[in-house]
Amino acid sequence: MTAVAEERSFIAKRLSGLSLRSSRRGPGLLRQAALQALCVFVLFTVLFPIVWVFSVSLNPLNLSRPQGLDIIPPGATFDAYFKVLESPTANPISFVELTANSLKVALSTSIVSVLIGVFAAYAFSRLRFRGREVLMLMILAVLMLPAVATLAPLFVLLNSIRVELPLLGEFNLRQSLLGLGLAIVSGLLPFAIWNLKGYLDTIPRDLEEAAWVDGAGLHQTFLRIILPLSVPALAVTGFLGFIAGWTEFYFTSTFLSGSVPNHTLALALYSMTGQFAQTPWAQFSAFAILFALPPAIVYFLAQRWITSGLAIGAVKG
Amino acid sequence: MAAITARFSGRRSGGAGQQRTQRSAYLYLVPAFAVMGLITIYPLLYQVWMSFTNTELQHLNQRLGLVPDFVGLDNYERILSSALAIPNFDFLRLIIYNLWWALSNVAIHLVIGVGIAVLLNSKGLWFRRFYRALYILPVVIPPIIVATVWANMFDKNAGAVNLLLATGGKWLGLPPETFQIDWLRQIAPPLPWLLPNVEGGPDLALPLAFYAMLVTNTWLGWPLNSVVATGALQSIPHELYEAAEIDGASNWQKFRNVTLAYLRPAMVPYAIYGFVITFNLFHLAFFMSGGGPNGRTEMLVTQAYTLVNNLHFYGIGAAFSVIMFFILLAITLVTNRMAKATQTYSL
Repeated sequence: MTAVAEERSFIAKRLSGLSLRSSRRGPGLLRQAALQALCVFVLFTVLFPIVWVFSVSLNPLNLSRPQGLDIIPPGATFDAYFKVLESPTANPISFVELTANSLKVALSTSIVSVLIGVFAAYAFSRLRFRGREVLMLMILAVLMLPAVATLAPLFVLLNSIRVELPLLGEFNLRQSLLGLGLAIVSGLLPFAIWNLKGYLDTIPRDLEEAAWVDGAGLHQTFLRIILPLSVPALAVTGFLGFIAGWTEFYFTSTFLSGSVPNHTLALALYSMTGQFAQTPWAQFSAFAILFALPPAIVYFLAQRWITSGLAIGAVKG
Repeated sequence: MAAITARFSGRRSGGAGQQRTQRSAYLYLVPAFAVMGLITIYPLLYQVWMSFTNTELQHLNQRLGLVPDFVGLDNYERILSSALAIPNFDFLRLIIYNLWWALSNVAIHLVIGVGIAVLLNSKGLWFRRFYRALYILPVVIPPIIVATVWANMFDKNAGAVNLLLATGGKWLGLPPETFQIDWLRQIAPPLPWLLPNVEGGPDLALPLAFYAMLVTNTWLGWPLNSVVATGALQSIPHELYEAAEIDGASNWQKFRNVTLAYLRPAMVPYAIYGFVITFNLFHLAFFMSGGGPNGRTEMLVTQAYTLVNNLHFYGIGAAFSVIMFFILLAITLVTNRMAKATQTYSL
C-alpha cells in the first residue's frame, strides 16, 4: 500500500469508528443470521430439483408417478437403476450399447475437432497471410448460426450418399454414426478453432522469440512450445465438445430415429419423456442421473478451468 | 503480431521469407479448411440453393428420381408473410417472442447473478466457500437433462412445483386442489398486460409455459453470471469504498457509484453473450412446452427443427435458416456496437 492510501485508510477507520459500521470486524449476529437465511434459501432453490430427481428415482417401478415430496419415498428401492441398466426403453437396445454409441460420437468428434482445429488456430493466432481476415470472418459467420440451422442441407446431402455393400446391404451415410459424427464436427470444428485461437492469443510471445533466436523453425516452435503450452486449452475445448456430442439431439433425432442399433443416450431419454410417455418417472429419473453424472462430475471438479475457457466462446447448441 | 512477422520474415531476408511464412500458414490451415469446406461451407452454400427449391421428402427417394422445382423467392415470401401450411405459424410473433424471451431472461439472470455475488461477497459471511461450491451445480448438468427433468417438475398432477405450492398453501389454509396448475399447457395468459397486443399485430399473449421456462432458465443461468460478477467484485480496490465513506456516501451510493461502475465492463459483454445463447436456446422450448400452447412459445430454433424433422419441408427449412442467419447477423452487429459503446465508458 502506498503511503497516501495508508493514510487514507487510517482516516477512514477513524471516521468509521464514529458512525459507519462496515469497517468493523464482521457483521453483527443479526445481520449474519439474515445473510445466512438468504444463502440457505438460495441453496434450497438450487438443490431442490437435484434432490427431487434422486428421490423420484428411488420410487418402486409399479408407481407410474411419484406420490409426494418425500426425500426417501415409501418403499424406496434401486429397482429403477437395475431396470435402466438392463433395458432402458421399449427398443431392443441395452444401456451399454446406448452408452457406447454416445461415447463413440462424443469422443471421436471432440478429438478430431481439437486436433485439426489447433493447427488452424495457430495459423490465425501467430501467422500473417493473405486472406486471414476473410477466413476469420467466415468462421465467425458459421459460429453465429446455431447448429439446428444446418439440419436441412446436412440431412439432404448425407442422405444422398448411399453405397451398396456386399453382404451388409445398402449403407446410408445419414443413418450411420459416421454421418452423425460428420454433422457434429461441422459445427464443432469452427468452435474449436475460435476457442483455441482465443487461448493461443493469450500465450506470451517471449518464449517463441527465444526459440527463434536459438534457430528453431516455425514447425519446431509449434510442436515444442505452443502445443505443450496449450494442453489445458485443448483439454477444456475437447471436454466442451465432448459434452456437446454426448448430449447431441437435433442431428441424432433427425438422422437416426429409424435406425435403432445406432440410438444414443439422448434419443433414449427423449423416448421416455413427454405428456403421454408410459415410462415410470422412477425409470426416467434413474436414466437421467446415469446420463448426466459422468460429465457433471468432471465439470464440477474442473470448473475453474472450464469457466475461464467459457469466457472465450461456447459450443453451438 | 506485426513485430513477430517482421522478425520472422527478417530472418529469411525479405520477400522470400514472407512467402515462406505464407506458405506455412496455408499448410496449417489446409486440414481444417478441407474438412470445413466439405461438411460446413459446402452444405451452407447448398442450403442457399435449396432455399430456392421446393425440396420435400419425395425428392430424397432416389428410386423415384423426382427433381425438386426451382421456385425462386416463393419460400421466403411464404415464411415472411406467415403463409405456411402449418398451424399457429406467425413469423412476426416468432421473432418478437424470441427477442422477448432472450431479453427477459438475461435481465433476470443479471440482477440475480449480481445480487447473489454481492451477497456472497459480504464481509465476514460464514460458509462462503461451501455456498460458492454448491451454487455452481446447475451449470454442470447438461441442458437436455435440465429441460426434461423440469418438464416433469411442472407436471400438473405429480410435478414437484405444484406439490411444493400445495404444501405451502396448506399453511395458509388453501385446499390442495388450488394447485393443480397446468403450467405447460394452460392457454389463458396469467398476466395479459405483459407484452400487450398491438392493434392489427400478432397475438403475443404469454402463456404460463413462458413463466415456467423462465423459472427453469433462471435456475440454470444465474450461477455463471454470479461467477463473472464475483471475479469483477474481487478486483475492486478496497480504498475506493473507504474514499467513498470519507466523502459521506450512503450504502446505496457506494453500491451504485463504486460496485456497479466496476461491474459494468465485465457484465456487459457477458450479458451480450448470454443474450445470444438464450436467443438460440433449443432445449427448454422443445422439451418443456414443445413450443405450445398453440405455438405461443415457439422459437426460431425450434421452428427450424420442426420444419425439417417433423414436416420434411427441406426447401422451406433452408429458407428459414437463411432468414435466421440474417436475423442473427443483425443482432450481432447491434450488440457489437453496444459492446464498443460500453468499452469507451470510463471509470
